[in-house]
Amino acid sequence: MPDGSITKTAMLEISDLHGFYGESHVLHGVSLEVRQGEVVTLLGRNGAGKTSTMRAIMGIMGKRTGSIRFQGQELIGMAQHRIPRLGIGYVPEERGIFSSLSVDENLTLPPVIKEGGMTVEQIYDLFPNLKGRGSTQGTRLSGGEQQMLAIARILRTGATLILLDEPTEGLAPVIIEQIGVAVRALKQRGFTIVLVEQNFRFAATIADRHYVMEEGHVVDMIPNDQLDANMDKLHTYLGV
Amino acid sequence: MGIVFGIPSQALFGQLLLGLINGSFYALLSLGLAVIFGMLNVINMAHGALYMLGAFVAWLLLSVCGVGYGWALLLAPLVVGGIGLVLERTMLRRLYRLDHLYGLLLTFGLALMLEGAFRHQYGVSGQPYPIPDLLKGGQNLGFMFLPNYRGWVIAASLVVCFGTWFAIERTRLGAYLRAATENPVLVQAFGINVPVMVSLTYAFGVALAGFAGVLAAPIYQVSPLMGSNLIIIVFAVVVIGGMGSILGAILTGLGLGLLEGLTKVVYPEASNIVVFVIMAVVLLVKPAGLFGREK
Repeated sequence: MPDGSITKTAMLEISDLHGFYGESHVLHGVSLEVRQGEVVTLLGRNGAGKTSTMRAIMGIMGKRTGSIRFQGQELIGMAQHRIPRLGIGYVPEERGIFSSLSVDENLTLPPVIKEGGMTVEQIYDLFPNLKGRGSTQGTRLSGGEQQMLAIARILRTGATLILLDEPTEGLAPVIIEQIGVAVRALKQRGFTIVLVEQNFRFAATIADRHYVMEEGHVVDMIPNDQLDANMDKLHTYLGV
Repeated sequence: MGIVFGIPSQALFGQLLLGLINGSFYALLSLGLAVIFGMLNVINMAHGALYMLGAFVAWLLLSVCGVGYGWALLLAPLVVGGIGLVLERTMLRRLYRLDHLYGLLLTFGLALMLEGAFRHQYGVSGQPYPIPDLLKGGQNLGFMFLPNYRGWVIAASLVVCFGTWFAIERTRLGAYLRAATENPVLVQAFGINVPVMVSLTYAFGVALAGFAGVLAAPIYQVSPLMGSNLIIIVFAVVVIGGMGSILGAILTGLGLGLLEGLTKVVYPEASNIVVFVIMAVVLLVKPAGLFGREK
């Protein structure tokens, strides 16, 4: 599946990644590549290892073996707080809005690591719902607004690769649509995005390629334009 | 001489002043405990011993090196904070994943060793520390006489306590601290070096105890047991205020000091237990403490 031309321009390159939480072995040889400017999704059932792959990239995992290279730099063995400083922004599944911080404080918490991040005004243009809510306690926002805030705070930092873990989970269709618009806008701005999704209909509207995971490794890669042709196969993978 | 509630006003205000002084120390110490507990999840039983250490560093600076009060106020917290940094890096760090009990036992053991060592070296009788010349004398406020040094202790403690509150609740650095208290993994995933922050938080918390020790040196005698006498009440203060609440620790410390003073006037026999009675009532009515949030 990976060929030479992809490897040359890969921004994120994971090969034979094994990951452990304590004694339990959760990733079994994950290999995938993400090119600059791409939106790539990780699809799969619950427990397939999608979130764990993201956590492994960020170093939030007990033990990792294999290789995770970001712009040529090996992340395994790197101190955990240095990984985001290379330009990787992480939006966790649980959103991680801090209740002891206001919306403004949540928004400006992640330190700016590189030039070229979005300004607060640009972020408000992208997520108008957050405007004027600055002094509200972070966790008093609605679920959808919290998700927007979780994405928004990464955009300021100058991160070029964004890991989005299930941004649509538990949200109303109209909010999912707004998030979709925002993610497409981010893609146009040149952000590279890795997206974990259960909802592949949502994924199909924004992604370039889909990796399918099962039991801790990647079992298939489907380019978005071949999604329709592979629908039966995908249904089998996801059990929907 | 006036009479208030059937009590000579001189006696009333005198005891309230004493209460406010005690309250200043309760506030400084429980503030440090609250900051440390919030970030490290460690109940720092060594806090009293480190307060004692602060007083001894001041006393040693003066009696051995001839270094006076002003410098001691700066140097003793630095020394105590530095020792805290070493304790955190070499020992406490290993306990974060375990139950609170382990941190409590380790720090309790450290407190016993520290106090034992000073007791062995200096005995229990206590060393006098003179009031600095600049702060000798007092002011006649009309309704009472305020010794300058006591006024200074109250002012210094208020400034440090509310300065700390401001730094934690209103600044960017404080936002990191609050966020890391809530979810250290995610804060680390934003590129902040949380382990270093944790070490510095512990160092800062115990430096506050060291600072309180220097303030206390001219009022109480510098004795190896000065910390263990105080720390039990301070723990009660923390429980009443609510674990981990910054403002709660400060206000409860000051309030309980005053209440203790008042009890000494109204019903002296109860003054030693009033804090614990309040603790029992608060635990019954609001287990998370007056300012604490239910988890």
